[in-house]
Amino acid sequence: MSEAATLPRARSGASGEAMAAALLCLPAMLAYLLLLLLPTAAAVLLAFTDYELGAPSLRWIGLENFQELTEDRGFLVSLRNTIIYVGIVAPASIVGALALALMIEAATRGKALFRAVFFLPVVSLPVAMATAWQYLLHPTIGPLNAFLAQMGIAGPAWLTSSDTVLLSLAFIGIWEAIGFNLVLFLAGLTAIPRELHQAAEVDGVKSAWERFRLVTWPLLGPTTLFVVTITMIRSVRVFDSVAVLTQGGPNRASEVLLYTMYTEGFTFFRLGYSAAITLVFLVIVLALMLLQTRVLDKRVHYG
Amino acid sequence: MAEPRANPRVNPWPGLLRLGFLLLLGLLFLMPYIWMISASLKPLDEIFRASLNLLPETGGTLRNYARVFEKVPVLQYLWNGVVVCAGILFFQLLFAVPAGYALAKLHFPGRDWLFGAVMLGLLVPYHVPALPLYVGFSWLGWLNTYAALITPSVISVFAIFLFRQFFKSLPDELIHAARIDGMNELSIVWRVILPNALPAATAFAIFSVVAHWNDLFWPLIVVTGAERATPALGVLTFRSDEAGDDFGALMAASVIMTTPLVLAFLLAQRRFVEGIATTGLKG
Repeated sequence: MSEAATLPRARSGASGEAMAAALLCLPAMLAYLLLLLLPTAAAVLLAFTDYELGAPSLRWIGLENFQELTEDRGFLVSLRNTIIYVGIVAPASIVGALALALMIEAATRGKALFRAVFFLPVVSLPVAMATAWQYLLHPTIGPLNAFLAQMGIAGPAWLTSSDTVLLSLAFIGIWEAIGFNLVLFLAGLTAIPRELHQAAEVDGVKSAWERFRLVTWPLLGPTTLFVVTITMIRSVRVFDSVAVLTQGGPNRASEVLLYTMYTEGFTFFRLGYSAAITLVFLVIVLALMLLQTRVLDKRVHYG
Repeated sequence: MAEPRANPRVNPWPGLLRLGFLLLLGLLFLMPYIWMISASLKPLDEIFRASLNLLPETGGTLRNYARVFEKVPVLQYLWNGVVVCAGILFFQLLFAVPAGYALAKLHFPGRDWLFGAVMLGLLVPYHVPALPLYVGFSWLGWLNTYAALITPSVISVFAIFLFRQFFKSLPDELIHAARIDGMNELSIVWRVILPNALPAATAFAIFSVVAHWNDLFWPLIVVTGAERATPALGVLTFRSDEAGDDFGALMAASVIMTTPLVLAFLLAQRRFVEGIATTGLKG
């Protein structure tokens, strides 16, 4: 140990620590500013302009983009579809994952196997799996409709009919989301002490459902709230399956927020308008987060 | 303690029923994989007959795979995926570990303010800065480069947040001891803190690689053509440009591009599951 190295540090004290902290934070701060803060601010400002890519200039147009949004049938359909999609995927994948987690937790064997099977979609390339679904759901050569035909049922054109397309995408969305939620629920369940269930049993709570209602459910509250928020935010962001399978079609029946934002911005190059859609998307995500921290947080913590 | 199997009154049926249900549902969950692999091994005419046979009648063919390798630069896509994921992870750790350490263990003016900025950043999905970043990158002439694919993701506020939480739990004595040994703050970060941060770093690495290997949104914006396409983009362009209705080749391509991460997952299941459970909050 060298005296010389420690002495300046001892002398400089607090200011030396501040200097070190500044140096350690500097790269991250620069990247944060350039790649996150400024572009986000720019996106917000852009939403109030008529900027188009390649246009020589841009004009401040106030709320005109947002006014146009309220009259744009395409956008309204897209917003409605996104809400329907989230409205199907979030509840189904949360309730499904919770049920699966309880069953897997109670199983005497095969826990790791089942967890792996249901988790597999989370680590599988979504674009590739969407392609696999396209084959599976293909109206003429797809195994699903071939199976239905053997049962005497004429299967619909799952992904190309406007009646079923959103439902089919939501089904794929549930399939993708359930394993992720399952892992979070399993982690939450492991944290509940076994003695509590035994204590409830000793206290005369005989049925498994009552034990779930009185012990597991309240203790799982924070996990559940967390899963609810994260699932809704993740499903608001639906993009891959739409981009691969339907491009928003047929006739806008599967148009969703991020895909509309993408086409307005990068196909039609209406960046100002696309930024306005991005802002709507951001507000929805922020509202969901606020729901978690402010409104529900107080109610779900047990004790 | 009551051993359930030793108790003659315990009815075995609910357990068996549960097991059967889980097996059936598990099988249904695997259907896309099963049919994807099955179709990738079938000749085209057999696929178009839409038979429900899983096994190819002719004993299977690798011609679909050969066609994929002929028509698309598969290895280039996979390599691009590796470069992009490794590049992103490298810079994320380079930026986030020191910042996380400073926020957790050092006292300096403006620390709370800085942490507030991190929390603020957590609220913003990466789709929001995408438009201005695209304009900036196209102005810089960066479209179709690794730089364009990597740069927007090099800063992860989530990583800073995760490491800060993790470092807070490390004992202060560890750092004091290193200081007494004459180490400066930078070598403390890389030689004392980082080795102790391996569990958090592994969890984050898994989260980051899964997210970026699978991402389609950003590559679709900044890359056209095959040279810099990631696996996700590769499958998409192959599907729309080359394959058309050639489902055999499409399924083969999907199998090839899905395999690396799935294989990694199967080999390190527990780490993956734990990693996703710890990092779940970012989604």
